[in-house]
Amino acid sequence: MTSAVDPTFNLSSAVAAKPGAVETPTKIQVNKLNFYYGQNHALKNINFTIPEKRVTAMIGPSGCGKSTLLRVFNRMYDLYPGQRAEGEVMFDGVNVVGKELDSTVVRSRIGMVFQKPTPFPMSIYDNIAFGVRLHESLNKAQMDERVESCLRKAAIWEETKDRLHTSALGMSGGQQQRLCIARTIAVRPEVILLDEPTSALDPISTSKIEDLIDELKQEFTIVIVTHNMQQAARCADRTAFFYLGELVEVGPSDVIFTNPKEIKTRDYITGRFG
Amino acid sequence: MASLAARRAKDNAVKAISTGFAALAIVLLAWILLTLLAKGLPALGTNVFTQITLPPGQGGGLLNAIVGSLIQIGIALLIGGPIGIFAGTFLAENGKGTKIGSATRFVNDILLSAPSILVGLFIYQFLVVPFGGFSGWAGSIALAILVIPVIVRTTEDMLNLVPVGLREAAFALGAPQWKVVIMVTWRAARAGIVTGVLLAIARAAGETAPLLFTSLGNNGWSLDLSKPMASLPIAIYQYAGSPFDDWVSLAWAGALLITVGVLLLNVVSRVVLARTH
Repeated sequence: MTSAVDPTFNLSSAVAAKPGAVETPTKIQVNKLNFYYGQNHALKNINFTIPEKRVTAMIGPSGCGKSTLLRVFNRMYDLYPGQRAEGEVMFDGVNVVGKELDSTVVRSRIGMVFQKPTPFPMSIYDNIAFGVRLHESLNKAQMDERVESCLRKAAIWEETKDRLHTSALGMSGGQQQRLCIARTIAVRPEVILLDEPTSALDPISTSKIEDLIDELKQEFTIVIVTHNMQQAARCADRTAFFYLGELVEVGPSDVIFTNPKEIKTRDYITGRFG
Repeated sequence: MASLAARRAKDNAVKAISTGFAALAIVLLAWILLTLLAKGLPALGTNVFTQITLPPGQGGGLLNAIVGSLIQIGIALLIGGPIGIFAGTFLAENGKGTKIGSATRFVNDILLSAPSILVGLFIYQFLVVPFGGFSGWAGSIALAILVIPVIVRTTEDMLNLVPVGLREAAFALGAPQWKVVIMVTWRAARAGIVTGVLLAIARAAGETAPLLFTSLGNNGWSLDLSKPMASLPIAIYQYAGSPFDDWVSLAWAGALLITVGVLLLNVVSRVVLARTH
């Protein structure tokens, strides 16, 4: 099968043997999901599952709907009139896109990190405390502890411990992005959505974030949207390929990147289009 | 095709014309400022700040007018500031693409360019006539109506500059909208909002027309907001046109005070903005 693949572009070497090959329970189950931007039918009858404590990558050319799907998971689309989802996104037995569910509750359990680092205009400490205070009332000592443990988990404690009370806007882009990850895990979500988290970062910061993703999947279910196929191959246990609003193929990353079933997938990962 | 020399000549001509008019504008401004300084500075003694307005020939100062202006502008800001900031916030955060949003924005733009004397007449009809007289309250409310559109506009513009991603990031943590607005968007735009408020004060400080029919002016000392109240613009208006030399020079002193005050507000607002960008 690989004979059809461009021999100069070999992703199989990037796909390391992963513990992720072991099956875990389903964390998010998407059933017959359709999504509309006004009249524009952006996601067409999507069915797939996201396993717990694994990294699932969503790839595909721009406009294929992968970011849209990510924004359905935490109901980001709620902010914009005219955007609507039909179908089911089952998360712990609850339909996330159901009308009766409070979106702030969904978002506290399904966190999100964006493409561009978005530190709030406040101190590093308060950037983390902001989200925690929304859902819990901790005393000073507990909050200090939470801030420290999140910064440690996000591998940024050493760089920030001496300037916790200075503005987060003075950090480098890579540090800001790790702060955003720390801020997200501080709320103690179960799922973390990453929307092209490294596309605005330099290679060194990118590799730090990728290492971090590997760490975080011990504790969290991770869904990452990326344009970088090596990144998907390196980080993700499972990869889903989207094209024109449809899910073309989903499976273990090593299969998707070395022996895809669909011609479209193969053409995309070998750089024929997209 | 025109020769290089001809194009150069045209270029130079256009440059000369624009430089000339720019220079003309600056000369006019400098002329006004210099006249103001020349006539106002000699009149600016301590008496201006320590004595109230007195009949001609008895000296006196502008204390009541200065205090009256500060009180009326202060109250105008207390009334108009929150209304303006909240209305501007509504337009930026919720009013996009809605009918009520576009209607509010449209009316606000009209109000922004409405002649201030209309505001004075409006308050005269609705507050002065029914409540039986000119008052500091009426003057304050007239000024509030003047500051509101300025604050609404700058607040909306400044909030629109806050990246959507910042709001989404706050929403993504599970924050309700009011917390996103107060803790994140306002904070990100605060320098701009403060600047808008300062510019609104600067606008209100120099207005005479809306006060003529509302707080009227008062040559005595009065802090009673239900009575007519003195103000700098009215004192200038009254004194500058008088035949008495000491009154005219006090008018210059008052004009200099307002100008320096407005200038300071503008400088401060620029510094505030520059510091955050």
